[in-house]
Amino acid sequence: MNRLSVATVVAPASLPPMAGETGSMNKLSVATAWLDGCSGCHMSFLDLDERLVDLVRYLDILYSPLVDAKHLPERVDVGILEGSVSNADDLRQAQAFRDRCRILISLGDCAVNGNVPSMRNPYPLAAVLDRAYRENVTLQPQVPRVGVPALLPRVRPLHEVVAVDVFVPGCPPPADAIFYVLSELIAGRTPDSTQVTRFGA
Amino acid sequence: MPPPPTPANVRVVTLTIDGQDLSARADETIIEVCRENQIPIPSLCYLDGLSIWGACRLCLVEIAGQGRLFAACATQVAEGMQVLTNTERLRRYRRTIVELLFAERSHICSVCVSNGHCELQHLAQTCGVDHVRVPYRQARYQMDSSHELFRLDHNRCILCTRCVRVCDEIEGAHTWDLMGRGSDCLVITDLAQPWGDSETCTGCGKCVQVCPTGALVKQGTSAGEMVKDQHFLPILARRRQAR
Ligand code: SF4
Ligand code: SF4
Repeated sequence: MNRLSVATVVAPASLPPMAGETGSMNKLSVATAWLDGCSGCHMSFLDLDERLVDLVRYLDILYSPLVDAKHLPERVDVGILEGSVSNADDLRQAQAFRDRCRILISLGDCAVNGNVPSMRNPYPLAAVLDRAYRENVTLQPQVPRVGVPALLPRVRPLHEVVAVDVFVPGCPPPADAIFYVLSELIAGRTPDSTQVTRFGA
Repeated sequence: MPPPPTPANVRVVTLTIDGQDLSARADETIIEVCRENQIPIPSLCYLDGLSIWGACRLCLVEIAGQGRLFAACATQVAEGMQVLTNTERLRRYRRTIVELLFAERSHICSVCVSNGHCELQHLAQTCGVDHVRVPYRQARYQMDSSHELFRLDHNRCILCTRCVRVCDEIEGAHTWDLMGRGSDCLVITDLAQPWGDSETCTGCGKCVQVCPTGALVKQGTSAGEMVKDQHFLPILARRRQAR
């Protein structure tokens, strides 16, 4: 039986023993997306480096900015969303993920608490748009409306619009925290991310 | 602060905290006994060396035979007292209190000068706050950058009044005070004048060092750079007591 190296993990996390290199394991299917985030959480995910090779023996990444697929599958075991819910398209994606994912992870401070995107919330949306597209623009000031989703009046954390199962704060959450959370889910446990990360981490 | 030697006329009492048998001077508070015995109790307004405020309610404990909860910072020990500091109910209340603090003003830790050195941020982690379950108020508060050395950001202030007390009780300047009620409550300098115009502020920076969050910081610090040093407080407090 193989055990994955967990030497770099902050909390005692371990992946379950493999059924055998070629055994027909039931892999967890995974979908990820970023809403109003900077992609930093996905970069942190990539920061798992060689541990990604270990993880893909247990995970099937079916839909993500990191893979080619263009459509979210009907059923997914684990959905991972980075970024806050700031526009109509974010809201649509959040709801689609909730509908289709058994476990939904809110990854990173933007998804968990609104973070930097939510700093516009104390101002009315019209004032925000004016500031960005009219006040500081000298040539043809105009608010873009074609081909971009409409901004919501307020930026919301993910759990204010859909139910969330696992919260992983951090800006971005360290790769070790992401590894811990995924390892716990693979092992069938509920991760407690406050062991390994915090707001602003 | 190491307790001053027991005056001959102060009784010693025995009590239990979380089942642990302890003895303490009768004039000590529960939180002091806990800190001496490495029993963790979260607190924000309490600070060794300053007067007791009892406002943050994070140090609430249960006492056997009593129907209500007690603030460990404001309750003296008594003979035979049985204290519980870490029950399911207390953990639930503490988590809720911390969440309410995050929801009340704007705490965006990732871009805060105190990121990584903040007592509120640390408490959130130790109280298991992985998200805030109440809606954020997202109200807009002002900053005061008028002082040449320091900066005040009301968005990060939790109204613990440590700044007010240290300025009054240790520095003796009483530059700080509170104004307004409820969510309008603000710390102010002098008669709500810009800090930089204050005639009472000596520029000592004690308020900045005791502030548990990124509300009071040094000018020129950027995200994560504001590390605070509170070592001066118990030393000065003890010297003042001795007089
Ligand atoms: S004051 Fe503390 S809790 Fe508030 S934003 Fe700054 S680091 Fe976070
Ligand atoms: S400015 Fe800092 S020390 Fe003063 S009341 Fe606010 S949080 Fe407390």
